Amino acid sequence: MTNHNWQFQTERSLVENHGLKLDEFEKIVEGLGREPNLTELGIFSAMWNEHCSYKSSKFWLKKLPTSGERVVQGPGENAGVIDIDDGDVAVFKMESHNHPSFLEPYQGAATGVGGILRDVFTMGARPVANLNALRFGEPNHPKTKHLLSGVVSGIGGYGNCIGVPTVGGEVNFHPSYNGNILVNAMTVGIAKKDKIFYSAAAGIGNPVVYVGSKTGRDGIHGATMASAEFDEDSEDKKPTVQVGDPFTEKLLLEACLELMKEEAIIAIQDMGAAGLTSSSIEMASKGDVGLEIDLSKVPMRAQNMSAYELMLSESQERMLMVLDPLKEEMARDIFKKWDLEFEVIGKVTDTKRLILMMNGKEEASIPINILVEDAPEYQRDYIVEKPSPIKEYKSEDFDQDNILKDLNTMIMHPDLSSRKWIWEQYDHMVMADTVVRPGSDAAVVRVHGTNKGLAMSTDCSPVYCKHNPYEGGKHAVVETWRNIIASGALPIAITDCMNFGNPEKPEIMGQFVECIRGMGDACSKLNYPVVSGNVSLYNETNGEGIYPTPAIGGVGLIKDLSNVKTLSLKEDGNFLCVVGKTANHLGASKYISIIQSKEEGGTPEINLDAELRNGNFVMDAINQKLIASAHDVGEGGILVAISEMCMSGNLGITIEIETDFPHGYFFAEDQSRYLLEVSPNNYDECQKLANNNDVHFEKIGIVGGDKISIKNIGDEQVSVLKRSFETSIEQISH
Amino acid sequence: MKSHVIVFPGSNCDRDVAVAIKNISGHQPQMIWHKETSINQSDLIVVPGGFSYGDYLRCGAMASTSPIMQDVVKKAKEGVPVLGICNGFQILIESGLLDGALMRNSSLSFICRDILIKPKNQSSVFTKKTQVAKMPIAHNEGNFFVTSEQLKKIQDNDQIAFQYCDENGNISEHSNPNGSLENIAGILNENKNVLGMMPHPERAAELVHGCEDGKTIFESILN
Repeated sequence: MTNHNWQFQTERSLVENHGLKLDEFEKIVEGLGREPNLTELGIFSAMWNEHCSYKSSKFWLKKLPTSGERVVQGPGENAGVIDIDDGDVAVFKMESHNHPSFLEPYQGAATGVGGILRDVFTMGARPVANLNALRFGEPNHPKTKHLLSGVVSGIGGYGNCIGVPTVGGEVNFHPSYNGNILVNAMTVGIAKKDKIFYSAAAGIGNPVVYVGSKTGRDGIHGATMASAEFDEDSEDKKPTVQVGDPFTEKLLLEACLELMKEEAIIAIQDMGAAGLTSSSIEMASKGDVGLEIDLSKVPMRAQNMSAYELMLSESQERMLMVLDPLKEEMARDIFKKWDLEFEVIGKVTDTKRLILMMNGKEEASIPINILVEDAPEYQRDYIVEKPSPIKEYKSEDFDQDNILKDLNTMIMHPDLSSRKWIWEQYDHMVMADTVVRPGSDAAVVRVHGTNKGLAMSTDCSPVYCKHNPYEGGKHAVVETWRNIIASGALPIAITDCMNFGNPEKPEIMGQFVECIRGMGDACSKLNYPVVSGNVSLYNETNGEGIYPTPAIGGVGLIKDLSNVKTLSLKEDGNFLCVVGKTANHLGASKYISIIQSKEEGGTPEINLDAELRNGNFVMDAINQKLIASAHDVGEGGILVAISEMCMSGNLGITIEIETDFPHGYFFAEDQSRYLLEVSPNNYDECQKLANNNDVHFEKIGIVGGDKISIKNIGDEQVSVLKRSFETSIEQISH
Repeated sequence: MKSHVIVFPGSNCDRDVAVAIKNISGHQPQMIWHKETSINQSDLIVVPGGFSYGDYLRCGAMASTSPIMQDVVKKAKEGVPVLGICNGFQILIESGLLDGALMRNSSLSFICRDILIKPKNQSSVFTKKTQVAKMPIAHNEGNFFVTSEQLKKIQDNDQIAFQYCDENGNISEHSNPNGSLENIAGILNENKNVLGMMPHPERAAELVHGCEDGKTIFESILN
């Protein structure tokens, strides 16, 4: 690419500044039959960047399973849609807002929430829950405090105001995010199956309507910025960050849902990344029609905005719709009632071109298919690096007298400690349908006016992914699956948010390919398809990539809310039982990273057959009402999971199990395991059900008292552990 | 039994409180858009929580000038029970129906969690059925303040409706979530027919909420 002889009128530096490769520019010239003008160059830049075109990832994303009996709409629309019975559907998606959140954490995170909310209500769904997946640098890194506080208040600031509860999420701290944090936001909404709205424009001559906020100069080139790496000068990119107004979004939400009750909207698309450009082109492309837009009619917040600026602004809280012309006045009245802009800015045409006019002059004329179907797509070179080797640990390498001290140290670590300081800043109860609040395995939200609910969880373990991207990809999927099962729900489908480094580096591309392969295998085996997602590449600073982070958001259905389970221990005298085998796999575990300050030993492998058996068993046992509480065994191993159950229920336990390798037993991160609290009356029935399904099920302790007491090892007060558990995240922010 | 819920742009607990009233009284409240100018005969007017006008300018300040508020103030002065919850409390203060001010939480951050309150005034139409009760708060500006003269007045006139307390009903600094003067969680007007409170009783009104203590407040007005 470096040997091009530049033979165009357009300045080469102008092309490069638009993030376009020189051969991509040649492709534009070829497609148009001429060189683009500046506005057109801006449009191509916006459509062909990685963020909007998925040019490096598309080939691989197609390999993920995306269909299933409950899938109503898979990837490709604003959000995925699944059937949740009775004519209801759940609409959901997760999306990244990483680069803006690093530059300006409050606004970056806030507009991330605003953007994903619009993706969901664009489809006709009322948003009922927000979740997130956050990664920060080391807790003591000088930027972490500011970024953590800013992101948390930004997420709260937007979600609290619009009145959608933020019910769950996950947070990690790791040096690989020191220069590039990850902010992934997920929204789940509920709609009627026969009232889903799509983005395909139709009806030649129908009006194209702009609604919402006015357009300003904020966020110009946001999507291009999000498709490049960071360096020392990245702070200068702050003006590309958008500014959110959750109050206007609330009005837009109510106005859109009010209009959606009428038969007026033919197509609707929110203006997200690349604003008016991507929304108009998306609608035209999906409908296989053309659009003609008069930019002088766009409501403007600033004076003398050019066609270029209007097309590339990422001002928030805006929507584009194609309306039934007979309903135009009725629609205008609704938006007027909500004090929002409503302007007819163009019409649907049969030209299959995007034609932009401004003050009577043609500013752009581009065939839609060049922008979309002919967009560059790369099968980038990749290298699959050998996974870190699995290490066998031995009992004699550990001092068993330290078990409880190590437990205390681990639950104080920001990766394992209580996230209360974070979720108390989110209104997680507005809408009055939150059944299980943050802090359990999955959050549960009631479907309003019914006795059914949705269980939701976000997960990923970047350390697992780094040391074995295939197993890490599997793990991210099954971790949400387990969390949903442990809450009493049937897991249905996932959304993914793929955060990786620079795909032009073969080893990074290799991580991507392997994570996808792992995710795909897990989804297929568990009948748990991908229905929506987002890719964020170039998460690098000064040439250093983040750990591969395929964050997964899973959604499940609870048909009867009386089957909801939490992780809190319930009653003295109950038995605590473990599901799944423990084989002392300490590699890549929190024990090794927190206590030994190492990252070694290899990612635990997941046997998907065992995963499916164990999960189905837990589901059956819950549905047969044999279980008092349930918790999956995740990072930190069995003892961390037990202490979480004790702290949440304010109850102690006597652990009776005998083991010749206590550190291995208590801190190993072997997969496919759950802890179940079972009353003595139900124990035999549970054991029988496990035996019939070839599931390892074993009683390990008896609930009661106020201490965690381990036979032959020692004991600790639950209240003492709780104090350790609840302090560390708050300390980072001070 | 006729009740009304006022809806401002940015209200977001309007539906929640309407559901609670319907479940408890059996009667569907009427939703009143803020641009309307009058309310028919009413047994209870609720000014719900949320972020009216995005909390821009000052919480509740803009909503207090909405057209409907003139009639709310008039009805309140005629003795109709008026309940303001969270942002609704802020609006009632801005409308002049209640004393004091709600400042930023002493922690300087939004707080959403269960707290305990107990009624100080035990005879008002709102508080007479409530003992120590658990319900959530969810606010950024709930730190109640009045001047010492005003405090004396509301104390002497038994206008303190609820105070934040612990499990045993003790009022202590430890049980105060937001820095409110005298742990005040809710206050009444002089005639005791207007209540403003920061906690959300409508979010503790069904078994699935994990707690039903909030029902007592609605039961005492509605039944």
